[in-house]
Amino acid sequence: MDYEIIVVGGGHAGCEAALAGARIGHSTLLITGNINNIATMPCNPSIGGSAKGIIVREIDALGGEMGINADKSLLQMKMLNSSKGPAVHSLRAQADKITYPQNMLRTLKNQKNLTILEGMVEDLIVESNIVKGIILSDNKKITSNIVILTTGTYLKADILRGSTRTRSGPNGEKTSMHLSDKLKSYGFDILRLKTGTPPRIEKSSIDFSKTKKEDGDNIPYTFSHDLDKPLYDVNNQIPCHLIYTTPETHKIILENLNKSSMYGGLDDITGIGPRYCPSIEDKLTRFKDKEKHQLFLEPESIYYDDIYVQGFSTSMPEDIQEKMVHSLPGLEKAKILKYAYAIEYDAIYPTQIKASLETKILNNLFTAGQINGTSGYEEAACQGLIAGINACMKLENKKPLILKRNEAYTGVLIDDLVTKGTIEPYRMLTSRAEYRLLLRSDNADIRLREYGYKVGLIDEVRYNKFKEKLNNINNFKDYLKNNKIFPTRENNEILSKYNSPILKDGITIYDLLKRSEITIDTLFKEKLITKKYNDDVNKQVEIQIKYEGYIKKVEREAEKMLKQEEKQIPEDIDYNKITNLASEAKQKLNEVRPTSIGQAMRISGVNPSDISILMVYLRKKYNE
Amino acid sequence: MDDTIAAISTAQGVGAISIIRVSGNDSINIVNKIFKGKDLSKVDTHTIHYGYIINNEEIIDEVLVSVMKSPKTFTREDIVEINSHGGIAPTNKILELLLLNGARLAEPGEFTKRAFLNGRIDLIEADGIMNIISSKSDKARKLSINQISGKVSNLIKDLRKDIVEIISNIEVNIDYPEYDDIEIVTNEKLLPKLLNIKEKINKTIKKSEDSKVIKEGLKVGIIGRPNVGKSSLLNNLLEEEKAIVTDIEGTTRDIVEGTINLNGILLNITDTAGIRETTNIVEKLGVEKSKEIINTSDLIIMILNNNEELTKEDKELINIIKEKKHIIISNKIDLDNKLDYSKLPKDIIKISIVNNKGIDELKERIIKLFNLGELQTEDLTYLSDARSISLLKKSLFKIEESINSINNNEPIDIVELNIKNAWELLGEIIGETYTDELLDDLFSRFCLGK
Repeated sequence: MDYEIIVVGGGHAGCEAALAGARIGHSTLLITGNINNIATMPCNPSIGGSAKGIIVREIDALGGEMGINADKSLLQMKMLNSSKGPAVHSLRAQADKITYPQNMLRTLKNQKNLTILEGMVEDLIVESNIVKGIILSDNKKITSNIVILTTGTYLKADILRGSTRTRSGPNGEKTSMHLSDKLKSYGFDILRLKTGTPPRIEKSSIDFSKTKKEDGDNIPYTFSHDLDKPLYDVNNQIPCHLIYTTPETHKIILENLNKSSMYGGLDDITGIGPRYCPSIEDKLTRFKDKEKHQLFLEPESIYYDDIYVQGFSTSMPEDIQEKMVHSLPGLEKAKILKYAYAIEYDAIYPTQIKASLETKILNNLFTAGQINGTSGYEEAACQGLIAGINACMKLENKKPLILKRNEAYTGVLIDDLVTKGTIEPYRMLTSRAEYRLLLRSDNADIRLREYGYKVGLIDEVRYNKFKEKLNNINNFKDYLKNNKIFPTRENNEILSKYNSPILKDGITIYDLLKRSEITIDTLFKEKLITKKYNDDVNKQVEIQIKYEGYIKKVEREAEKMLKQEEKQIPEDIDYNKITNLASEAKQKLNEVRPTSIGQAMRISGVNPSDISILMVYLRKKYNE
Repeated sequence: MDDTIAAISTAQGVGAISIIRVSGNDSINIVNKIFKGKDLSKVDTHTIHYGYIINNEEIIDEVLVSVMKSPKTFTREDIVEINSHGGIAPTNKILELLLLNGARLAEPGEFTKRAFLNGRIDLIEADGIMNIISSKSDKARKLSINQISGKVSNLIKDLRKDIVEIISNIEVNIDYPEYDDIEIVTNEKLLPKLLNIKEKINKTIKKSEDSKVIKEGLKVGIIGRPNVGKSSLLNNLLEEEKAIVTDIEGTTRDIVEGTINLNGILLNITDTAGIRETTNIVEKLGVEKSKEIINTSDLIIMILNNNEELTKEDKELINIIKEKKHIIISNKIDLDNKLDYSKLPKDIIKISIVNNKGIDELKERIIKLFNLGELQTEDLTYLSDARSISLLKKSLFKIEESINSINNNEPIDIVELNIKNAWELLGEIIGETYTDELLDDLFSRFCLGK
């Protein structure tokens, strides 16, 4: 074998997969169409966002690269939802489109065990359903034990603009013409998806006086758990700007609707677009009553002059795009540097993948990112990381790392994909996580760092630092439990000062901290406690105590789910032999082939009575 | 398999005794919560205990409870069986209480299924069990869902729509916090909406309970001192209506003595005739027994004797029944008047049972008191099964908890936890468990995305 692992594609999934493979210690090849396009951000210049920011924290906790790489490339940082509960706090960064890929490429180049190669992969080497390597467009063969496909939008990509369809990847890049057909011939069901991106405008042509400035937070944050200080200047962040569409914009769009690729410009559109990322045409036709739509002008880089118009994605022809852009306040004289476009690409139905991200159809083949039907840099990166880790686990004959729904958004994402499938590009939303109170941004390391250490991505230094944090948390909680406050006049005066009910009996500081108006900082300031720890530990202790009741309730719900998860279904089960199963259930169970009763229960179309029958059958068949 | 299930194991309303079976890890715990008697968590396995099923302070029924601990039971789990008094109303009420306290209504064949899965019964029976599940389960679910009328089903759908709109608005605020043109749901804005939903659920529960009255009847208790004519009144009512009489004279158990049909509503009548009035502790026993009947009845008929003066016990009982729906009658108006009416309520009904005088007035009073005339026409369509009512009550409880979180100043996503639970519980009533409903609502109502 030439390599142990080959990763096909150098996007956000591919980078994580390749780094994980090499860092755990296996010889890895990253092959990509254009080395200069490694880890680029072809859509918005931003990392994180609601739920997505928590995924980045999870990637970092496990030992992935996206978090620290974003920290190195920040233009602006915000904590979203900071006025809401800790469960939905999430970081969002504007990242520099020049430095982000540069930093990532440097990391890849410096990584031991990792080789980077340019080339277009058009087929796989397959022997009796086992993948043995790849075949390039020049017919060159490279062999490996494992192949990880992270092809993004590059499978039979078509750029759509007005009535033109061009076979090309983003930014005129080469696309893989045959790989998806080959996958089809190996037995994969192929899905056609669609997404879009807005126009880019020359910064100096915008009149910012007509826009509303949106600054970053003035509290410093990092995605990384290992940085003591942020790497950006909190007082020197690059702002975004807010504008709204005008009646003129709406008039232009509605009058020219039939010129848009999606509304008649092209009659052969088959790709399904995401509901949460609609084009401006979609927004106008679906929400006719809305007088205006919000748009953000986001900076792409400090090294060049592009501004990204978030909320304005379209597949109108170029001349209409000119008119549309010029109807926006402040953009009357704007110069368009890159026109908006929609892109269609092939993906595989994700129910053909196991939770380890190895495909069910070909052994030793893993897939991650948009090829699995997802959308978004963060969604791709977390899958790439898991695919990379599990490729190594397979090489080492170890059990795959499968994160559960109560452990990580990453786990929710993969479970959703392999259990429910998707017909539109899948984006993570906090509402997809039923145990989101457990999946917080603040506790990503507590949830996942142990796993990162076990698989070999977190070294002793980082692990010991984490262990020390855990110790501090427990010690602090014990201290608060063991110290009481009594209803002296002095104490009650302090409480009154914070509008907190006065005490009648002594209570522990731990219980006092449950009151929403009392914080660790106030306790320390008023000398009711004599010790505290660093902000990270204090915050964690405060959240764990204040939300204890709610957290326990969600933990109980999660335990119920886990018990069902423990009931394994053998891989060789033949659902056709269970005569009492409803036919819809049979078909769904055959398609998904769940590994546990818990997973089976989450398949739509499988009823409780089908589960009962399945359990009785399993008992009869396997416990005889 | 890890939850605790309950079901009525005997044919409904037929036998003199009904058995409600509870199986699962939590069964002793759950029954203990509604049992007044010995602490069931401390009793030996395979023992039977006498006591009462209570709802807070109210006595629902006098029962015998069998406690059988794992593994020597039918399902090999902890089993508790409650032997109650057979009437549809108390049996259903007990089941409802069990469901409210953490048990789940068993699916058809589920006790047998557990017995099998836990290795209690033979493998040969497995196919039989699968047949039962596949033939009965879906049918039962469809049946119980079909039994819910269009009106009620729409009412619950509307409630769920109100709730899902709140949830998806909160979710949009969380997932798209940068959108300033979408309404921000705050605790202050949410509170009146939740109070409104709470009111609607409350109303539905009330209507459902009225509906239960129609289906299951009212419990009527007759009280009064010995020899005032309690049994005569009972016999008079029964004879005229030609109802079935369960003669249980000589026993000490005060089960339903007879059932009459008034305007289509069943009245299950109980009196204290079962007490042997021979010893000198009779007065004390009489009052105690009466209090028990007062507790368990929907309506109290208290009989006084026109021919005797008011006693201390009479006054005590009149005072107690003030809190409940009641009718006071004065019997034996054919005899001399010795009763001082100036000290009694004005609406007392004067009757003579032996002469059959005043009985119609009594019946009309009952009809008026319970709006029985109105009930019949519209409310039969409400939810009346224990499962639906317990789900309604649970969802009400969740809404109340979310209101509490608002009062405690919790952040909106914490408040939302219980609202989501309420939405799911309401969905269970009408069989809507479509999980993507929320996202569908979210994306159809809000314009989002880059």
